[in-house]
Amino acid sequence: MFELLGIAPQALFGQLLVGLINGAFYAMLSLGLAVIFGMLNVINFTHGAQYMLGAFAAWLMLTVLNIPFWIGLVLAPLVVGLFGVVLERLLLKRLYHLDHLYGFLMTFGLALVIEGVFQWKWGSSGQPYPNPIPGGTNLGFMFLPTYRAFVVVAALVICLATWFAIERTRLGGYLRAATENPTLVRAFGINVPRLITLTYGLGVGLAALAGVLAAPIYQVSPLMGQNLVLVVFAVVVIGGMGSILGSIVTGFGLGLIEGLTKVFYPQASSTVIFVIMAIVLLIKPAGLFGRTR
Amino acid sequence: MTNNHTLRNILLVAALAVALAAPWVAYPVFLMTALCFALFACAFNLLLGFAGLMSFGHAMFFGMAAYFFGHTVKEWGWRPEFGILASVLGAAALGAVTGALAIRRQGIYFAMITLAFSQMIYFFCVQAPFTHGEDGLQGIPRRAFLGGLIEVKDDRAMYYVVLAIVLFGFAAVYRIIHSPFGQVLKAIRENEQRAISLGYNANLYKLLAFILSAAIAGLAGSTKAMVLQFATLTDVTAAMSGEVVLMALVGGIGTLAGPVVGAFVIITMQNYLAAAGEWVLVIQGAIFVVIVLAFRKGIVGEIGDLVRRRPKPGPAGSSA
Repeated sequence: MFELLGIAPQALFGQLLVGLINGAFYAMLSLGLAVIFGMLNVINFTHGAQYMLGAFAAWLMLTVLNIPFWIGLVLAPLVVGLFGVVLERLLLKRLYHLDHLYGFLMTFGLALVIEGVFQWKWGSSGQPYPNPIPGGTNLGFMFLPTYRAFVVVAALVICLATWFAIERTRLGGYLRAATENPTLVRAFGINVPRLITLTYGLGVGLAALAGVLAAPIYQVSPLMGQNLVLVVFAVVVIGGMGSILGSIVTGFGLGLIEGLTKVFYPQASSTVIFVIMAIVLLIKPAGLFGRTR
Repeated sequence: MTNNHTLRNILLVAALAVALAAPWVAYPVFLMTALCFALFACAFNLLLGFAGLMSFGHAMFFGMAAYFFGHTVKEWGWRPEFGILASVLGAAALGAVTGALAIRRQGIYFAMITLAFSQMIYFFCVQAPFTHGEDGLQGIPRRAFLGGLIEVKDDRAMYYVVLAIVLFGFAAVYRIIHSPFGQVLKAIRENEQRAISLGYNANLYKLLAFILSAAIAGLAGSTKAMVLQFATLTDVTAAMSGEVVLMALVGGIGTLAGPVVGAFVIITMQNYLAAAGEWVLVIQGAIFVVIVLAFRKGIVGEIGDLVRRRPKPGPAGSSA
């Protein structure tokens, strides 16, 4: 069958794996965006920069402080998440009573500042991050590097854990209630502003975690999140921000479609997600999993 | 009201006098670039300030128009006026397609969709052969205007042609805003449901506004390509889309003169900070943050508040 299509199975499965990994990042990032938007009504344009910060934090921890990958995987998102909390307390909370547009513009400005500072310090070229789990398995039809397999599994676990935390725990219940009606939830004695801060910190931490996972695969560079966040916007438009599982499915699905496009029609691989976005807008404007408003 | 009109007319005449004398004082190429960006910012502001639609992908019209102009004039040997016409029509067509899709969602989604489409156009431009990829289209010839009638080899002569084009663009924006069409747009911005209930086809109005804005952004982009004689990928990046938002924001969204003031401020800043490299972006980002926090009305809007004569904003081109 593969011979019929004129494509070697190694190439096909290799690209599918790449697609799955990209999809893992789309899923994690769009999930964070959706969680933040649900609670803060802010589209977090800084998401790409925070993903980059996660990768950089882990890289700096490794090269400067000699902190190994596994500890960095926990520590870096905490540090960046804390930075997110500071941003929210200092800047974002002043915008909640305004149009969504202002949050979008401010986080865009913040992304420019963060990426600009890192570019000035480290230039545009990437810094290599050593692979923490070298080696791999030959599956017969393809070679599977262990770390990449780990990333796909880890991303799935992280996404499902986030889903569980929001849909099945008490704190998640407060969160969803506060998204629906903050005033009422406050009347019940729950500290909604703190909940909002926490949510932003969580969303930012999620982006940073994705960044740490990405560091050994892509290189660590100040602009690594810049284009990614734009693709993730398209992913969010396609999936709609209404459902968490929807974001996860859309993220992984689009990654796979992108991988397949790379095999069958490589010229379109960078634009295919945007084309899908156009089609979805035509057929179901609210997004695949979105609620019409 | 009459007071306001007198003030406005005085400002308008003064601005025109400054614009006519400017190339004898300042460097014409700088002025021309700033004028093109001023028109670009006006096109963006037409959409956000008067139709309430926030496009974060306007670079696609600006940049693609520059490519259209470069291709028709350099590769096909067209006369510049036809090159500009083709670019404007091309940008309008692109606006029709992307606008028809983008208006299917509202609010912040609209911004994300336009941003995504402009990123798609960017990726397309990276690959398409006619853009010459990273090199860009270079050495676009400066041909005489109107079949040899107006020679533009000299930068000052070119300046007056560009000024005429840009003033035509400003006039178009002014006409659109003050037409019945513009009033309906404002009504839709203020209360879309009500406008629909009054029998206006809101989506059609939004789409038309989007196409007009795209066409004027295209006019700005092609004129810039004519002035600088090149068209590159920089003009289609998301950063360029952000820059035009910044210009409108700095000057004052929803005011007529704001985008012009904003464009001149930002272009001047970039000119002075050209050597600072990455810091230009950092400063632009910081300006975004500060303006959103403290000066959401922009320079012209805040001054208008100070003078307390807000309802009739100053004329377009008051800073030029």
